[in-house]
Amino acid sequence: MAVSTVAKKLDAHTVRADFPIFEQEIHGKPLAFLDSAASSQKPRQMMEAMTAFYSTSYANVHRGVYVLAERATAALEGAREKVRVLLNAPDVREIVFVRNATEAINLVAYSWGMNNLGPGDLVVVTELEHHSNFVPWQYVAGKTGAKLAMIPLDDQGELDLSTLDSIAAKGNVKVVATNQVSNSLGTINPVERLATWAHEQGGIFVLDAAQSAPHMTVDVQALGADFVAISGHKMCGPSGVGALWGRGSLLSRMEPFLTGGHMINSVRLDKTTWGDLPHKFEAGTAPMAEAVGFGAAIDYLNAVGFDAIAAHEHELAAYALGRMSEIPGITLYGPPAERRAGIVSFNIDGIHPHDVAQILDMNGVAIRAGHHCCQPLMQKLGVAATNRASFYLYTVQEEIDQLVDGLATVRKVFA
Amino acid sequence: MSEFDQMYREVILDHYKNPHGHGVLDPADAQADGQNPLCGDEVSIYVAFGEDGETIDEVKFSGRGCAISQAATSMLMDMVTGKTATEVAVLDKQELLDEIAIPLTPVRLKCALLGLTTLKVALHKAKGTPLPDGLAGFDELELT
Ligand SMILES: Cc1ncc(COP(=O)(O)O)c(C=O)c1O
Repeated sequence: MAVSTVAKKLDAHTVRADFPIFEQEIHGKPLAFLDSAASSQKPRQMMEAMTAFYSTSYANVHRGVYVLAERATAALEGAREKVRVLLNAPDVREIVFVRNATEAINLVAYSWGMNNLGPGDLVVVTELEHHSNFVPWQYVAGKTGAKLAMIPLDDQGELDLSTLDSIAAKGNVKVVATNQVSNSLGTINPVERLATWAHEQGGIFVLDAAQSAPHMTVDVQALGADFVAISGHKMCGPSGVGALWGRGSLLSRMEPFLTGGHMINSVRLDKTTWGDLPHKFEAGTAPMAEAVGFGAAIDYLNAVGFDAIAAHEHELAAYALGRMSEIPGITLYGPPAERRAGIVSFNIDGIHPHDVAQILDMNGVAIRAGHHCCQPLMQKLGVAATNRASFYLYTVQEEIDQLVDGLATVRKVFA
Repeated sequence: MSEFDQMYREVILDHYKNPHGHGVLDPADAQADGQNPLCGDEVSIYVAFGEDGETIDEVKFSGRGCAISQAATSMLMDMVTGKTATEVAVLDKQELLDEIAIPLTPVRLKCALLGLTTLKVALHKAKGTPLPDGLAGFDELELT
């Protein structure tokens, strides 16, 4: 997330006013919400778009011949186009609405993986993966006889790419699946290089952009990815909707993931034919209002500007790392500020993250404590859990100060 | 007292810093490992029965966890020593919670009860006593 020199500056206090959640106190203290990497808070504009959709345009999409069904269809397809533009995808038919990034990755792991993997093949993931981009591959590799290989981390929490040759020697690299930004350490991964490497090996490159898309421009064409997964709820959208982008040439040759209503071309007793893209992958009633909210969230983020968001978070990460490094007994995980997104993972000597998070909560500070769905990474770090503070466009410096003050209280309790 | 002082009251911190029954029994008459999937914490419980093969003579725990889970398990070790497997299997979790006596949110309740749940699983495996609430009723549970 390089700091763009042309980025207009973001005024987080102004942005914050769009987020009603901050109009409350927690335990009598202002809310310092430092858990946006798990899920972001929601701007009024997004919620209003969903309410307007329900109030004026709601009906089941497609097929209906009446006005409301047409309006609802236009709203859903309008949201799809917004996702296409967000990701700079070549064709809107390559955008599949799913529930979340997890479902998007499962779609690829099942529909592509089950039919294209076998003994002798390698699925390459990294030690930095979220369980969402690890477990589906582990599972499908197990079912197909393919092997799972891991790109290890170096001491800085960055991928050790010097291992790529030795990994390639272990089998046919068929899939390389990595995240663009690690939800645990904030590491920004060199995904263009990995995409190139995957293609050199004759494999596909699957990008988990759940944690990057909220914060930076994700251009599927520039990255050279084959599949990209995102979640709406992490980027100011509602829960329950995410998107998969897939290269049309791959999607069109894939089997469906879920079958049933809407995803068909024709159904006969002896044979069913699949619908066109993206419908082949959208069985059942779509998350219509959620997609509309997702579209509105994308509009909101575009209005603020992704360069400004990235620069703001970078500034906060540098500030937090500076202030927190002065705390006695703290271990900070992950790369230097220049190469990380707005995420700081840490531990305090001898104090369990649950206890840290609990005491912080009593100070109005919400952070996450746990394995962050990254147990392979926790094993690598030699801990069961870490504390994680994460920032977004509405995060203000005062919240980080509140965190640092809270950590002083934590140390006092356990002194 | 503030909610905060209650939660990390002195007795909790004492048990956390100097846990009772911390260690391993090898061999053990009953043993089980429990995990808290929310945070990755792990606890292992080891039981040695007395001459009658029923009464808990010695019980120990190892593993890692937060102050609440460690203190609760430490208190549990005191509570169950000298009780029979059957008595412990039906021990109401409220008894342990009364002993801990701090306000617990649902997530922290899982921390506080990890030791008790794991102990009941250990007794179930060794003696066939009833499984704890929430685990009972499924035939093909994989118990570790
Ligand atoms: C890097 C990364 N990948 C995948 C996911 C899964 O997202 P979801 O739970 O929305 O499917 C997350 C969310 O925690 C994440 O941070």
